[in-house]
Amino acid sequence: MENDRQFSNRKYVIGGVAVVIILIYLVRLFSLQLMSDDFKRNADSNAFLKRIQYPARGAISDREGRLLVYNQPAYDIMVVMSEMEDVDTLDLCQSLGIDREWFDRRMVEIKDRSRNPGYSSYTQQLFMNQLSTEEFSSFQEKLFRFPGFYIQKRNIRQYAYPNAAHILGDVGEVGPADIEADDYYQSGDYIGKQGVERSYERQLRGEKGVEILLRDARGRIKGNYQDGKFDRQPVPGKNLTLSIDLELQQLGERLMRHKLGSIVAIEPSTGEILCMVSSPTFDPRIMVGRQRGKNHQALSADPHLPLLNRAINGTYPPGSTFKTSQALTFLEEGIITPQTAYPCNHGFHYRGMRVGCHGHGSPLPLIPAIGTSCNGYFCWGLYYMLSNRKKYNNIQEAMTRWKDYMVSMGFGYKLNVDLPGEKRGMIPNADFYDRHLGRTWNPLSVISISIGQGEVTLTPLQIANLGATIANRGYYLTPHIVREVQGEPLDTLFTRRHHTMVSKRNYEYVVEGMRRAVTSGTCRTANNPWYEVCGKTGTAQNRGHDHSVFMGFAPKDNPQIAVAVYVENGGWGATFGVPIGALIMEKFIQGQLSAASEARAQSIENKVIHYGTSKR
Amino acid sequence: MAQANDKQTGLLGSVDWFTIVIYIALLALGWMSVCGATYNFDQGLNFFDFDTRSGMQIVWIATSFLLALVVLSIDERIFDSFSYIIYALLMLLLLATPFLAHNIKGSMSWIKIGPFSLQPAEFAKFATALCVAKYMSHQDYNIARWGHFLVTCLLIITPMVLIVMQRETGSALVYLAFFLMLYREGMPGSILFAGVSAVLFFVVGVRFADVPLWGIQATSTGGFWVLLLIQFFAVVLLRVYTRHLGPVLMVAGYGLGLTVAALCFSKYVLPFDVTWVQLLLLCATIAYLLILALRRRMARYAYIGLFALGALAFHYSANFVLDNVMEPHQQTRIRVLLGMEDDPRGAGYNVIQAKIAIGSGGLRGKGFLNGTQTKLKYVPEQDTDFIFCTVGEEEGFLGCAVVLTLFLALILRLIHLSERQPYAFGRIYGYSVMSIFLFHVFINVGMVLGLTPVIGIPLPFFSYGGSSLWGFTLLLFIFLRIDAGRNRFIRK
Repeated sequence: MENDRQFSNRKYVIGGVAVVIILIYLVRLFSLQLMSDDFKRNADSNAFLKRIQYPARGAISDREGRLLVYNQPAYDIMVVMSEMEDVDTLDLCQSLGIDREWFDRRMVEIKDRSRNPGYSSYTQQLFMNQLSTEEFSSFQEKLFRFPGFYIQKRNIRQYAYPNAAHILGDVGEVGPADIEADDYYQSGDYIGKQGVERSYERQLRGEKGVEILLRDARGRIKGNYQDGKFDRQPVPGKNLTLSIDLELQQLGERLMRHKLGSIVAIEPSTGEILCMVSSPTFDPRIMVGRQRGKNHQALSADPHLPLLNRAINGTYPPGSTFKTSQALTFLEEGIITPQTAYPCNHGFHYRGMRVGCHGHGSPLPLIPAIGTSCNGYFCWGLYYMLSNRKKYNNIQEAMTRWKDYMVSMGFGYKLNVDLPGEKRGMIPNADFYDRHLGRTWNPLSVISISIGQGEVTLTPLQIANLGATIANRGYYLTPHIVREVQGEPLDTLFTRRHHTMVSKRNYEYVVEGMRRAVTSGTCRTANNPWYEVCGKTGTAQNRGHDHSVFMGFAPKDNPQIAVAVYVENGGWGATFGVPIGALIMEKFIQGQLSAASEARAQSIENKVIHYGTSKR
Repeated sequence: MAQANDKQTGLLGSVDWFTIVIYIALLALGWMSVCGATYNFDQGLNFFDFDTRSGMQIVWIATSFLLALVVLSIDERIFDSFSYIIYALLMLLLLATPFLAHNIKGSMSWIKIGPFSLQPAEFAKFATALCVAKYMSHQDYNIARWGHFLVTCLLIITPMVLIVMQRETGSALVYLAFFLMLYREGMPGSILFAGVSAVLFFVVGVRFADVPLWGIQATSTGGFWVLLLIQFFAVVLLRVYTRHLGPVLMVAGYGLGLTVAALCFSKYVLPFDVTWVQLLLLCATIAYLLILALRRRMARYAYIGLFALGALAFHYSANFVLDNVMEPHQQTRIRVLLGMEDDPRGAGYNVIQAKIAIGSGGLRGKGFLNGTQTKLKYVPEQDTDFIFCTVGEEEGFLGCAVVLTLFLALILRLIHLSERQPYAFGRIYGYSVMSIFLFHVFINVGMVLGLTPVIGIPLPFFSYGGSSLWGFTLLLFIFLRIDAGRNRFIRK
């Protein structure tokens, strides 16, 4: 007993040890549970697997309801690095038909965060994309042997016709910049790259859904978190109806075969683009699937730039088609009246300035001047406008006035068509000449802009829009390629009339001139007994052979179609521009080509223009 | 009749209800945790289904209550009288177990009886506690006598060896807890101190042997800290056991100063193994202390010097034995014990997942049955050894604090009860029980928190399993029964 009591103080030591241990543990618990959120995040990323559910992308059809673009299932192979265990690489490569080097390279690519910013070893990463159904089914049988590999079903785009590649565009995997710009996208997602696929990406893509799944330590799925309370169903993309008429588009592409250039047709009353051809073109079907990269590269390397949509991306001198805009400006400004006649002796000759012209009667009033495409007439018109010191204090003011007219007709700025990459063209202003020619420039320095040469450039779309404006006698609607987005009203941008600075009365004179060109002037081949065509040729000079241009509309009253044709190095406007424009109008108005027209179409289709490889 | 009646009220009145309330509270919280740990998101709520572990745990709890009642109704003198026989029987059972057992994950400790499996090792604890208490409560027992102390140690070490033979090293280590009781009973504190130091040196030295210190490749973290600890202990011992301040300052100043200097030199000038400098310093210290002992004729200096020498020898021989003497599978077992292996997904996966589970609980936890870490099996052994994770994840800091406080209350209560025993037998048994509970809580919660090595032993009243629950119940209620009868002899 004595002995026992002697040591009884040790109970405090033992009790103290117990208290200290528990206190240390409480402090540790405090720091683990209350000092940091990291563990909570870790637990969530352990347990929650967010499975993305991809919506079906919207389908695209033409104005007649013909389905142009739709979806087809394809299968992506995904990999979760942290779950890859004991994978027989050789077996995997054989099953997928790839070689070991490709596998190793792909693994390095996936882990490279500079190229794959969303990389995490715990989430699914795209390993290989767009397997066909056959490839997929043979791989699926062996999938259980490859832990960490998953199959993700997706839809890929299918094109029903080999046409309209530039308009439809394509989809491709998102790049780092896309992910940076919009956090909707994750690595491996698809995004519209060109055409309406790009400009209507938001409507077409729909809304991704997400399923929150619980995943156990072995990566097995244990059902939906809270019975799917936090899941989101995918919202399918909206369908688009294009204003394009597929048959018109096909005809246009046929006519432009073996030639560089563009055809744009617009319905004047709505601004709807009826066809938009850019030549050379390509089959959109080659831009799908795993061959996309290779084909895209080949097209990029082609010196004729088939990927370029010349209708909105090419800027050309409009040539004589531009004279209509000059006539309108001079009339409205009172520089000329329809009766004003200017002399033309094989061109414009003044103070050593020469602009040549072909032979016709002189002097000429406005309507025959348009009909015969007299250079002299419009040179004099611009000369008198820029020299008019009663109306304008100086040449700069006159030039600015001129520029305002041009801009009101849709030149010099983007029309804001609903396609990506539109160019604005070039309308020079006073500043421009002040800078480039010094303050001493005079009307003669810039005289060639009056006949659509010199500094002026337009896109084929802008030329077609000029035709539509004349057809409408003074206004245009912003040209657009999408007629209807499923369940959405059309953008008001496309339903508002843009009036030019020229009155309707003055338009009638120009219409008359264009009609004259068809009945007895430069566009006689466009004349036909069924409806009244109005047109204007252009023969745009450039360093090589002249470009062949045509702008016109029909019928003269209550017009249904305005068209612009631009054939690079095609020579006279009458050589290619007029017949192609006439065929397009006939096809659209009549619904089909007459036998004679069909024969002419055949012959044009077969005409080859030879281009050097150094030029566009 | 009257006597019986008197005994009844006497029992109800004298049994310690405080402990029983804590016991029931821990069981209730434990059952909730088992429900949480075994609940599957893809199954319905079926806690009372006996096919599930939560259902079975109810069976174990119910039978434990029954067991507790039986124990309380037995005359406590039975335990005193039969303790040697109980011990002998249990030792025989332990000896036979590896031959009767079937292999469960490499462990040979489970005997199958009908549909149930029992783990005799869990019952050996109370038997050993009874036996040691009986032996040490003999009239002429004196712990200071080597023979008596040796027999005591033998009684404790026998079940340890038998359990190690069943490949349950973790369960065997629990018997080290008896040394805490021995300390209370008069074992010199230096033995406990030496023992704790040895464990500390071993764990730190081996566990961190291959971890570079502070970016110095040549120096091992484990070696550095062990040598520093030896030096530190030498200084503390000098301060406590000797009167002169000079040698203390000398050893502390030179030791610390030169070590820091060497460390800086190694870090910033020329990398070399700092432990060599520490070793030289320690040798110098030992020599200095021995000379002091001779000159001042004070044995204490010699003892402290010998302690340091012994610690050094232990440290280097432990590494040497581990690397060169032990068989690879033995090395593996120690590495597993220290949490250096058994890591299917790389370093510390289990402990990391356990910490994530607890850490994600926050203040109030995710709520009953809402833990993702534990439900989705990220935490290993979540319903047995790692069950505290479920508490941490679902009940949060508050829940953990409640559980730890209950355990602390139980332990302090057991100390109190032990101290009020009129006879050594009751006190020794009580301290044994307390020490075993403390050891379980210390190791189990510590490993889940990443503070102690991963030693697979259950958390009392929480971990799923009949054997351990019955074992703990027996351990506790035998003591409560002894305690309830404490006044019997005085009354007579």
